Amino acid sequence: MASGVKPRVKAPKKAAAGETVTIKTLISHKMESGQRKDGDGNVIPRSIIHRFTCDFNGQNVIDVNMEAAISTNPYFQFEAMIPEAGDMVFTWYDDDGDVYSTTKSVAIG
Amino acid sequence: MEFSRRDTLVLGLGAAVATVLPLRAFAAADEAIATFTGGAEAGAGGITLTAPEIAENGNTVPIEVSAPGAVSIIVLAGGNPTPGVATFNFGPLAGDQSASTRIRLAGTQDVIAIAKMADGSFVKAASTVKVTIGGCGG
Amino acid sequence: MKIKALTAVAAILLSVPAFVAADEDAELIVNGDTELVTRTAAPAHLEGAMDEVLSGWRFRADETQSLQADDFDNPGMIFVDQGMDDWNKVEGSEGKSCASCHGDVEDGMAGVRAVYPKWNETAGEVRTIAQMVNECREDRMGAEKLGYTSAKMARMEALISVQSRGMPVDVAIDGPAAEMWEKGKEMFYTRTGQLELSCANCHEDNYGNNIRSDHLSQGQINGFPVYRLKNSKLTTPHGRFKGCVRDTRAETYKAGGEDFIALELYVASRGNGLSVEGVSVRN
Repeated sequence: MASGVKPRVKAPKKAAAGETVTIKTLISHKMESGQRKDGDGNVIPRSIIHRFTCDFNGQNVIDVNMEAAISTNPYFQFEAMIPEAGDMVFTWYDDDGDVYSTTKSVAIG
Repeated sequence: MEFSRRDTLVLGLGAAVATVLPLRAFAAADEAIATFTGGAEAGAGGITLTAPEIAENGNTVPIEVSAPGAVSIIVLAGGNPTPGVATFNFGPLAGDQSASTRIRLAGTQDVIAIAKMADGSFVKAASTVKVTIGGCGG
Repeated sequence: MKIKALTAVAAILLSVPAFVAADEDAELIVNGDTELVTRTAAPAHLEGAMDEVLSGWRFRADETQSLQADDFDNPGMIFVDQGMDDWNKVEGSEGKSCASCHGDVEDGMAGVRAVYPKWNETAGEVRTIAQMVNECREDRMGAEKLGYTSAKMARMEALISVQSRGMPVDVAIDGPAAEMWEKGKEMFYTRTGQLELSCANCHEDNYGNNIRSDHLSQGQINGFPVYRLKNSKLTTPHGRFKGCVRDTRAETYKAGGEDFIALELYVASRGNGLSVEGVSVRN
């Protein structure tokens, strides 16, 4: 497990049915690009989050393939359409096999 | 500052290498574009790429891509060691076809965005970002 | 011979005009409701030296400035979250967390950052927040000290700083703190290193100009700890001082040592009146 990885998500707690809302996500992750060398001149191997998905009640909102050029502590902002009350699930996939996830509930009101 | 002969030679070689590198890098970007579009031509219009004209720091450059009606948008950095940045695939519950993120740019270069539209056509936008480096880093 | 050439190089570097886009009139309002003072009249002790004090925020490009306007967009705030976890975590032989004695950080640490570094009567010396954290950990929690410029200390400082956000920096420079303050002031104005630069050469004589492609600020620390885009993590004042001194090609001082504590007190006082920014974003 990559250490110190913490997700942070900004999503509204409530929305009108059918409303489009702004979602912001951040996750603390080094995103080791594979371009750096250590003190002895050896290449530090790549170890990044390579995929991010956002799903709402099982339907996909966005699915991002990420490369090493995404900055440390990857940040995304996008729009999601909320048809009904439900759970928004955010998932990040790490090169090392770990999967980080957080869920935000959205009510209709 | 006094330069030894060795220093001057190394500096000279460094400058020569720097001139050759970008040509190779842009070739890699073209390859990535061809893979995404399957060789099809990408037209202009219908896609917006927002990036700063001068990025204060190449580590964290904010960009935004938007292409109403797109299925997916690929972002490439023509002058990076590897050109791939991200591919945004929009699902059925996407509120619109736009996304913002922060990227790493190794130096001044073109950032390229290509959108695949619902009808299978492609549109492209590019933006030159000057990346400044140097100063008292601390 | 060599020294003259280096001074000439330094002079050329410092004279390149600014070109990075920075909005001179922008104001910093965080989360739409907290207005931060980033520009104000210089404190009395700077009379004759500078009329106005400016937060480092004012010297950065538009995109960097806007990162600080929203606690979600601010990449440094995720470390404040982690600091909050640390605040509530029980550590050490006494089975306590910070919260056990200090309660909620919002109450326990309100206003603290704004007045540090500060004379500590019991200890008989000027103390920094980092020193106080470590004293608590060792003496009251029975836990190990944190590295003075470590990531864990930086995020604790970040958490504590946020509790003073918007409050004016107000460090005492008189009374028992006066001696350290004078020492810090002397350091600020003393040329050092192979490049023979003092803090003042850049941060008082040349703020607003460029050093190569970097936009020189006044070197204020009201925004510390700072999320630096350069290495995508938090930097503390002593961490930054170390780098600055090393960049003059001098042997740098020890983080947490008396020299940097004196310098931190003096530099903090140069920003008296500016708002604590509680995790700033800089280059």
